[in-house]
Amino acid sequence: MVRVSTEQIKRAVKRLCLQANQELTPDILDGLKRAIDTELSPLGKDILDQLIVNAKLSKDNQMALCQDTGMVVVFVEVGQGIFLSGVYIEDAINQGIREAYQDYYFRHSIVADPFNRENTSDNTPAVIHTRIVPGDHVRIRLSPKGFGSENMSRLTMLKPAQGVDGVKQFVLDTVRGAGGNPCPPMVVGVGIGGTMEKAAQLSKEALLRPVNQDSSIAHIAELERDLLASINRLGIGPQGFGGTSTALGVNVETFPTHIAGLPVAVNISCHVTRHQEIIIYPEVNPDD
Amino acid sequence: MIELAPPLMDTSFLTVGDQVTFNGVIYTARDAAHQRLISLLDTGNELPFPAQGGIIYYVGPCPAKPGEVVGSAGPTTSSRMDSMTVPLLQAGIKGMIGKGERSQEVIDAMKCYGAVYFAAIGGAGALLAQSIKKMELVAYPELGPEAIYRMEVKDFPAIVAIDGQGRSIYEIGRQQYESGGM
Ligand code: SF4
Repeated sequence: MVRVSTEQIKRAVKRLCLQANQELTPDILDGLKRAIDTELSPLGKDILDQLIVNAKLSKDNQMALCQDTGMVVVFVEVGQGIFLSGVYIEDAINQGIREAYQDYYFRHSIVADPFNRENTSDNTPAVIHTRIVPGDHVRIRLSPKGFGSENMSRLTMLKPAQGVDGVKQFVLDTVRGAGGNPCPPMVVGVGIGGTMEKAAQLSKEALLRPVNQDSSIAHIAELERDLLASINRLGIGPQGFGGTSTALGVNVETFPTHIAGLPVAVNISCHVTRHQEIIIYPEVNPDD
Repeated sequence: MIELAPPLMDTSFLTVGDQVTFNGVIYTARDAAHQRLISLLDTGNELPFPAQGGIIYYVGPCPAKPGEVVGSAGPTTSSRMDSMTVPLLQAGIKGMIGKGERSQEVIDAMKCYGAVYFAAIGGAGALLAQSIKKMELVAYPELGPEAIYRMEVKDFPAIVAIDGQGRSIYEIGRQQYESGGM
């Protein structure tokens, strides 16, 4: 029997929460550095510089990059060939988050009920998306998502005839509407196709792909480049103070959809777009 | 760089785009604390901190590690406070520090009461925490990160995003660089 214990998963989640919140990933850091070279606004350049200083301070002083340490979104792929031992997997994930947010002094930002709004005081629960996949491993992708940018996200159901132009228009309108709120330079995740909820989920998953990695589908990669260029002509700039670095990247994910529909979701993220992942292989068990 | 030492009684010398630093005392309040403050004012009570010339920082910091003053502490999105801002300006608040645009209603009230809206760098929580030298609880500990704190700051950097005449960096900046700065 190939076995992964949910204790391993808990430990992995705890470590991913720490890394995600304290270390800016290389793709984002590179994006900021490249933006400094191309930014036309002197104030914009200065802000980009300070964002890099912030990333360094956060790593050196072991403190969160941003005080909004987010609602944790976890994508879990469980290989069909493995057996999960130990406590229930979602409890293990939430326990990893609970320990990380307490031990590393991250902010607790989750309320138990959307109306009563009492803080759960441990930053749980996470939003967990689980899929069964071929293989005998567990892959965990984790993203603490800040709400300054999450609140700027939008979803629409276009008509098929609106096509790629309709999609571009909707993405640009969403980014323009977001303005300086989501701490630009932003990262823009776009999900196209599927059903309403599938498009939303794809737009979140799009944010987990490094910003310097194009879609593997040629016409989608072209759409990503077009959108990025158009977004950077909106003038919003770093922090919304005006400039040419409004987004560091646009990632688009697609899925088959219905003959009658063209769902589009735009998930806005910020310059601390946090994404970490790990693949866990089974423990070798001599008794098996 | 203009140095500001709150309380700020007169803000008329500040112009959109000015880079400033705060030295002195500012008070934190975000969503839940604003709701409490508004109900205090509605029922004829005083604010739990001196309002005249006061500066409110929209922030919910990370907890401090043992022996430290505060965790990461950057600004939150100001527009969520728009519908609760005018009564605070009426009560004497002269400045707000946050990130992102404000509503026309808030801008009109700022012009009326001579208040200024400052933006700090959103997401630069580790950097901004360096300027916070002391932090004390003022009210509502049950709100956790949303409680009201008194912060003593030194060289806390911000920019005048909307000045007392209603001029906004968000509009001016965007117009200047629209179409790629052509
Ligand atoms: S939008 Fe991002 S950078 Fe800005 S406050 Fe939220 S999490 Fe932090």
